[in-house]
This record gives sequence, C-alpha cells and structure tokens, in this order.
Amino acid sequence: MRGGDGKRNNHDTDLGRPALETALAETWKTPSSLWGALATVDHKIIGRRYIVTAFVFLALGGILAVLMRLQLAQPEARLLGPDRYNQIFTMHGANMMFLFAVPVMEAMAVYLVPLMVGTRNIAFPRLNAFSYWIFLAGGALLWISFALDMGPDVGWFAYVPLSGPQFGSGKRADIWAQMITFTEVSALAVSVEIVVTIFKQRAPGMSLDRIPLFVWSMLITSFIIIMAMPAIMIASTSLILDRLVGTHFFNPAEGGDVLLWQHLFWFFGHPEVYIIFLPAVGMVSIMVATFARRPVFGYLALVMALIATGILAFGLWVHHMFVTGLPRLGESFFTASSMAIAIPAGIQIFCWLATLWDGKPVFKTPLLFVIGFIVTFVIGGLTGVMVASVPFDTQVHDTYFVVAHFHYVLIGGAVFPLVGAIYYWFPKMTGRMMSEDLGKWAFWLIFIGFNLTFFPMHILGLQGMPRRIYTYQPDMPWHGLNMFVSVSAVVLVAGFLVFFIDAIRSVRRGPPAGDNPWDAPTLEWATSSPPPSYNFARIPVVDGADPLWEQREILAVAAGLRTDRRELIITTVGAAKPEAREASPRNSIWPFWAALATSLMLIWSIFTPWAVVWGSIPVAITLIGWFWPKGTPEDEL
Amino acid sequence: MKERVVADLSRLPLHGMGSASATWWGTLAFMLIEGTGFALSVAVYLYLMSLAATWPIDAPRPNLLPGTLMTLVLIGSVVPNYLVSRWAEQQDLSKVKIGMIVMSILGIVPLVIRAFEFPALNVNWDSNAYGSIVWTLLGLHTTHIITDLVDTLVLAALMFTRHGDNPRRFGDVQDNAMYWNFVVAAWLPIYGCIYWIPRL
Repeated sequence: MRGGDGKRNNHDTDLGRPALETALAETWKTPSSLWGALATVDHKIIGRRYIVTAFVFLALGGILAVLMRLQLAQPEARLLGPDRYNQIFTMHGANMMFLFAVPVMEAMAVYLVPLMVGTRNIAFPRLNAFSYWIFLAGGALLWISFALDMGPDVGWFAYVPLSGPQFGSGKRADIWAQMITFTEVSALAVSVEIVVTIFKQRAPGMSLDRIPLFVWSMLITSFIIIMAMPAIMIASTSLILDRLVGTHFFNPAEGGDVLLWQHLFWFFGHPEVYIIFLPAVGMVSIMVATFARRPVFGYLALVMALIATGILAFGLWVHHMFVTGLPRLGESFFTASSMAIAIPAGIQIFCWLATLWDGKPVFKTPLLFVIGFIVTFVIGGLTGVMVASVPFDTQVHDTYFVVAHFHYVLIGGAVFPLVGAIYYWFPKMTGRMMSEDLGKWAFWLIFIGFNLTFFPMHILGLQGMPRRIYTYQPDMPWHGLNMFVSVSAVVLVAGFLVFFIDAIRSVRRGPPAGDNPWDAPTLEWATSSPPPSYNFARIPVVDGADPLWEQREILAVAAGLRTDRRELIITTVGAAKPEAREASPRNSIWPFWAALATSLMLIWSIFTPWAVVWGSIPVAITLIGWFWPKGTPEDEL
Repeated sequence: MKERVVADLSRLPLHGMGSASATWWGTLAFMLIEGTGFALSVAVYLYLMSLAATWPIDAPRPNLLPGTLMTLVLIGSVVPNYLVSRWAEQQDLSKVKIGMIVMSILGIVPLVIRAFEFPALNVNWDSNAYGSIVWTLLGLHTTHIITDLVDTLVLAALMFTRHGDNPRRFGDVQDNAMYWNFVVAAWLPIYGCIYWIPRL
C-alpha cells in the first residue's frame, strides 16, 4: 500500500474555490458530443436517462391500459380481438413491472444515493453505464416485438404449460423470457453498485445511524434484488432451454413439474413487490421529515421495519399459489407470514403519522402525494390481509378483486410516492421548480381518478368477473361498473397528462430553484441544482442524521483530495471513517460496446443455442477492452 | 453555503487494499448473486428428486471418476491460489507472474476434465428432467470456470506489461484469487449433489 503521494501541487488543499471548481470540472467533465453521450459514466446523466426512459415505458404501458379499458367499457366490444388482447395485458404487466417499476426505483437511487451519501460518483460507474444500455435494449426488444405482432401473450408471469413448448408456439414466450434476462442483468448490476456505494463511499462521519432513510431503503432493496432475481433468471433460462433444446424442467411426462415454475417465479415475484415498495417507503420517510419540518419520528423503528420487511419478503411466495392444492400446513405458514408483514408496514405508517402530528406540516405537492399514498396503501394493505387467508383467496383468485388489490398496493404504494418524489427532487435534478398549481391538479385528478377506477374492481371481483378476459356477455351483471371504471380511467389519465405536461414544461420554464428550495436536511441539497459533474467541490463531513439542519450556516468539509484524477473517499462500513482516497473511472465507450455485444448474444440465443458460444466471443473482447488499463491517472496511481 | 475545512485527507493512501477497496466488496456481491443462483439450482435438483419415483430417472448413476478427479484438482488448486494471493499482498511481482501462469494452467485442466464429465453423467439433457438438471448444474459450473479462467488469463497477461507493477493490479490478483476460492467452494455441494445423492 502506498502512503500519501507527497506531491501537494495536485491537491485541492491550497486551491481557492474558483480554481478548485475549474480543475474539478476539467477532470470530471462529460463532453457534449455523441461520443460523450455514449461514453459518459456520470451517475446523474445515467440516472436521468434511466428515469426518463422508465417514464416513457410508464406512458406506453398506460396507453395499453387505456386500450383495455376501452375494450371492456361495454360487453361484446370488438375494438380488440382475443389474441391482441392477450398480448396487451401481458405487455402491460411485463412492461410496468420490469421496464417501469423496478428500473425507475433503481434509477432514482442511481441519481440520488451518491448525492445523499456525499460522494462524487456511484461505485462501478462503468457497470452503471452498461446496465442502462442493457435495460434500454431489453425494453426495445419487448416493444419492437410487440410492434411486429410478436409480443408475449402468456401473462406477465408466463405460467407453464401455456408458455412451454407445447402450447406457446412461435417466439412470443421466448421474447418475454429474454426480456427478463435483460432487465434482471441491469437490475442486479445496479444493486451491486448501490450496495458498494452505501457501504464504502459514505461521507466521513455518516455512521450507520445517520444514513438517510431513502438510502437505507435502497440498501435493503438492493439485497432483496441480489437474493431474489437469480430465481427468475433460473426460471426464464430453464423455460428457454425447454423451448429451444428440449430439456424437461416443466414437462410432467418426463419427470418435470409445472408447479416448479410457479415456485421459482414467485420466489422472485413476491420479493419483487417489496423491491418496488421499499424505495417508495424510503422516499416517503425523507419527504415527511422535510415537510413536517422535524426529523422523522422513530428512525430506528423505521430502519428495523425495512429490514424486517426485507426478510419476511422471502417467506410469502406461496400465497400466490394457494389454489394449487399445496399441503395445508404449508398454506398456514404462508398465511401467518403474509399477515405478519402487516406489522412492519403498520409501524412505518404510525411513525410517519407521528412525524406529521408533532411537526408543522407544509402541504406542498410532494406531501399531498405522501398523504394520498398513506390512505391508498392502507386500503391496499387491508385487502392484502384479506387475500392472505386461504378460503378468501380461493374465492377471489384470478378475479378483478386481485387486480384491484395489487393496483392499490403498486400504484398507491409506489407510484404515488414516486410522483411526489419527482416533484420533490425535480428542482435538484433540473435546477427548476415544477408548478405548485399544476401539481395540485395532478394530485387530485390522479388520487380521485385512481380510486374511482380501481375501487369498483373489488366489487367486480366479488361479483365473479375474472381477470384477463377480453370481453364479456351482456347478460353478466358487470356492464354498469365496467363503464364507470372506464370513464373514471379518463380522469386518472388526465391527472398523469397534467403531471407529464408540468414536468416537460418546467424543465425549460420553471422558476429557478436554488440549492435547497425546501430547506431539506440531507446532503444532496448542499450542492448546486443541478449538481456539478463532481457533485461536491469538497466532500462534506457529517456529525448528525440531518446535516443541513444541524449546520445551517457553515458546512464542515474535508480537503486533501487530488484534482488531476477523479478521486473520492472510501470510508469504513460502520462508522464511516476515511480509509483511502480512491480513483473513480473515467468515461469509457467500452460499456456501450459490451452492452451491444451482450444484447446481440441474448437476442440471437432465442433462435439457436450456438449463439451462446459464438456470441460470447465479442462479449469477452469488449469486456477485456473495458478492463484493460488505459494509462490514465485513475489507473496508474 | 459556506464551508469550513475540518479534515485533511491528503495523507490517506491513493488506493485501498482488501476490504478498503470497492472492488473487493463488488466481488463479494457478485459471489452472493452467483451463490444464490447455485443454491436455487440445487433446490431445483432436490425438488425434482422429491417428485420422482426413482432417482436417477431412467439412467444409470453417473460415473464417479471424472467428477472426483475434478474435485481433487480443484481442492489442490487452492494451495497455489493462496500463495498467489499472499505474494500479491506482498507486491512481489516476479512471484505473482509465476503464480498467475500456474493458476491459468489450473484453470485449463478442470475444463479438460469437464469434457469427460458430461459423458460420465450417463444421461442426456433432453432425456428427462433428471438429465436436464444435472446438465444445467454442470453447465453453470463450467461457465463459472470459463469466466474465471478468462479473467485469470487477461490478468496474467497484464502482469507482464508495464501496467503490472501497481498496487491496483495486485489488488485485482487478490480479488481474482478470492473468486477462484469461491469457484472451488461452489463446486463441492454440486459435486455432492450430482455424484453422491443418487448413491444414497
């Protein structure tokens, strides 16, 4: 291990502020050219891309939802045929789960976590660039296939035997399975980056009990991804193998088993819900504290609730399989654990209520979405406790009751906080405020539209309307409510339109935000809006959980970093004591080429197993190009 | 916002070794991902076995020789692997060069043995679900070996260039050695699963 390098001339210690900023800007810059755009490893640029792409997928998925509501508004409608309808509900689910919900939460973390922990870039920034290109390629694969009438039509969980070689003819199910591979590779990559950023790159002094709650939630989420996503990759790979080279994992005639698919899928699929929900919980904890004007109540309880949820998430998967005739003891265990998860959820709700109760709440748009979240999520949680009971679940399984339940949990539990979080962090990301007036319109339209759209689905479900039917006969008693739901969906769509218009307009025309428009306490607000390429000219040193409320006038910082190479501070896992100054990689085009080579291999392998052999050669070449030292100060010092 | 410098970090090392390096933690995280994958594959094996009337399904038990030879070679490789890691820690370039060549060979030898292991399974991947899962287990671990071998070869080549004598490279060698230990450790339950569970 080399000691300090002794040369003082490249250190920031003696530099005045303007000279320091000039030197750092030169070292950390992303050139504004096509090459610069493809080669950048700036977590803020990549995070922004990720967020925008995920919201494009949200809009596309929303269009599919509108098509389904148009079709179901009246009985015997002929807008969509059964085959197109199968593709549309599959695309809607797969798109919303794999291309919107998970990526958007990770995208928010890619942007925010390095800023909130006070570092200059995410850990493994080139992997981060790679993960974005892979995500984009996976999304493109799914949507281009759909445009070519090759979209998957087997439901977002692609149960065998329907998706197997016997019934799933053509390449539709393979497209679904390989889209899974793309999105899981990108999600796993981001998780590793987040875990290491949080463990090793926190600002000096940010011990475990001072980590912002959103960062805690992303740490737990990343571990859930790391433990859960291998299950779906094994599942989707075995499905492709069954379809392509004649393995028999899911073929009962040759010793395989169809329920094996459901076990593997839901071992991932249930934690998936918490992969989407926990980041939202973290966002809520941050926003509640800022707008209640006091530190969040019950920090330790909230962290423990996050951890408990993360552990319990792995003990719930069988409650998706209650109607498959599993042994009764097993069912009882999963009923108990499904109900137990209401306890950490309840703890969090009461901590937020206590924070608001004791604080002086300022009802800006983000807080409105938080309150909308609390109301909606409690309703979704209650129906969750209901379907955790086997007899009740047997009654409503595969009906619109379940559709209503999971939209309450996912939209109420994750999209409401997310939209609030966009209003909250938009000023940091763009330097401009979104409109409070349009924000209130967006909130009320979305909140009212959502409840009017999805609450009646509970009743439709209890009346026996199955999910995934492309139409129904006029003598069924569902007509009136379906028309009501479809009309209400217009209100919901209008709300999202207002939100999108507000966001697009505010990027250029919003009033300038300043560094800290909400007077928030966490470190991302200590730098300018939008932050410079190097995030912080000097790395902050913290001695509390709410640094900007504790150090109102003068921020404590560390000096002594080099300016001629991209450098950041590595700290210990527990107490965040500085251990080393570490280089952070420069921009590189290789992650882009590696993602391109990987995408070619994965798509090719839908058609022939030899693609894995020949396709891995360009992948290996690009990876070697990626890791080979280039003689920059980051590599050599 | 005004700033006040409270710490001077110019004396800190320019690169952290071991648990002070991000790469070390990243390697651990990837081991956790792959370990979960292996554990789930073994779970699939046990699940399919629990459903089958006889196990193996319609096939003789796999021959022990190639797999056992593989196990011995892999366990034996841990010793030079440990030495390379220690030399890297001491930043002894000439010994590390030799060690990396030895480890490259010890990455190729298992692949040769593996070529004899697949036929020794005495079943095809498309014969039945038993064949599918044993081929998958073996295939996964083969991918594991190939990945680490390519990494070792590139790193070995790197040590002979001007980029070699650098604490960052020595750290890479240590992380690579740690990963090889994981490749060996992951093999043991798979070996037990493929070769010994059918003999219980």
